Amino acid sequence: MQDDRPVVGVIDYRTGNSQSVVHALNFLGVPNRLLTSPKELIGVDRIVLPGVGSAGTAMAYLSAAGWPEELRGRVVDGDTPFLGICVGLQILFEYSEEQNTDCLGWLPGSVQAFDGLNVRVPQMGWNQVRRTSGHPFLAGLPEAGHFYFYFVNSFYAVPAETGDTAATTEYGVAFTSAVARGNIMATQFHAEKSGPLGLDLLSRFATTPQEELCLP
Amino acid sequence: MSAMTAPAGLTTRLIACFDIVDGRVTKARRFADNIDVGDAAEVAASVYADGIDEIIFYDILASAQRRQADLATIRKVAEIVFVPLTVGGGIRSVEEMHAVLAAGAEKISLDSMAVRNPSIITQGSDEFGRQCIVQSMQVKRVPATAAIPSGYEVFIDGARQATGLDAIDWARRGEELGAGEICVNSIDQDGTHEGYDLEITRAIADAVNVPVIASGGAGSPEHAAAAFTEAGASAAIVSSLLYSPRMERTLPVGEIKTELAKRHGLPVRLT
Repeated sequence: MQDDRPVVGVIDYRTGNSQSVVHALNFLGVPNRLLTSPKELIGVDRIVLPGVGSAGTAMAYLSAAGWPEELRGRVVDGDTPFLGICVGLQILFEYSEEQNTDCLGWLPGSVQAFDGLNVRVPQMGWNQVRRTSGHPFLAGLPEAGHFYFYFVNSFYAVPAETGDTAATTEYGVAFTSAVARGNIMATQFHAEKSGPLGLDLLSRFATTPQEELCLP
Repeated sequence: MSAMTAPAGLTTRLIACFDIVDGRVTKARRFADNIDVGDAAEVAASVYADGIDEIIFYDILASAQRRQADLATIRKVAEIVFVPLTVGGGIRSVEEMHAVLAAGAEKISLDSMAVRNPSIITQGSDEFGRQCIVQSMQVKRVPATAAIPSGYEVFIDGARQATGLDAIDWARRGEELGAGEICVNSIDQDGTHEGYDLEITRAIADAVNVPVIASGGAGSPEHAAAAFTEAGASAAIVSSLLYSPRMERTLPVGEIKTELAKRHGLPVRLT
């Protein structure tokens, strides 16, 4: 039987929780594979970049494995749907205060730290996400209501172009909790650990027809 | 960070804490006399369906038996439960942390091993980030002395071994070393259903700027509410309340959360 469903590749960080994303995709019945090197991208239709740890460690790992060039070719120059999670959102921007890291620079803007005088850091727990753009990725979420996702972060992205922000969340400050531009999508929260609501979002990324999912 | 009872935007968190023996959840009283509750994956699936916010696994024999944590059980749960999982018990090295995370856990809980070798907190934090390392401590009321001014001493190895460490000092030290969250387990209150030790939980929540988990003693939703409103905890462990065979009446997670929201005005995530 022919299987036309998109195959999701999950980039495997040694320091990350890639396995948690794989568990979630398996639970959803989404064809997927762990990718330890860009060579394994053949046959992969969509890419997830999980992220745990720090921006500096993540960039060092990705660069050593040759990911930045390969991903740029497929995602920025090409049209492969891409989902970054947590640090996988932060490193899409130009620069992170965390370990003074130069990042991928696909989206203009930078990443800064929460103010520890104001809130406990890291932010750890379930927080509310409010949709702020019409991008189809988050279209399943109403604009208001009690929709909680699981966050663990000490840093947050500040997009230079406000249109890139797809959702915001309050933690001492209103910060960007999801971004979306065309085929590039990312969440600061861990969709793979956010219960049924998070699974819905992963499923949406993995299974929505590309022309429907990746509208600008 | 005193007087911070409502963390900006976040809900209060309820955590189920499984004492694992041979792939089964057990429940202790004052760190002893564990009795069987059920198969870990089945209990996990049930509390997940009810809206638990997190699950912690303590492989309670791993440390004493000097072996690695029970990865097969972690994996089984991680395949069907999609909230954060923390694993503790017998983890001595960064390599062992890798194995636990690869099984599907998000966080590592360090307790007795961190007392023996505090640098393991820093090693874990450097490798995986602060958010990955939970400093868990077993604390017990003792007469206050010059060495233990708070009147709370840290114990290890299933509450059997005194360390001479002051609980508040050890919490501050853990945060400095790189812990991203601190779990305060009261030996005196564990499994008693009489309420958390609010005094030491409050003192540690005031002493550090990372989130603090109250643990040991919850017997009612009111106890959990007090951990948040009076002790400044960000999360509360509610094991007995959910499934202890010693409780006359256990409560589903959703019912506890509804109480927290309706009677105490606390923010909760309802599923």
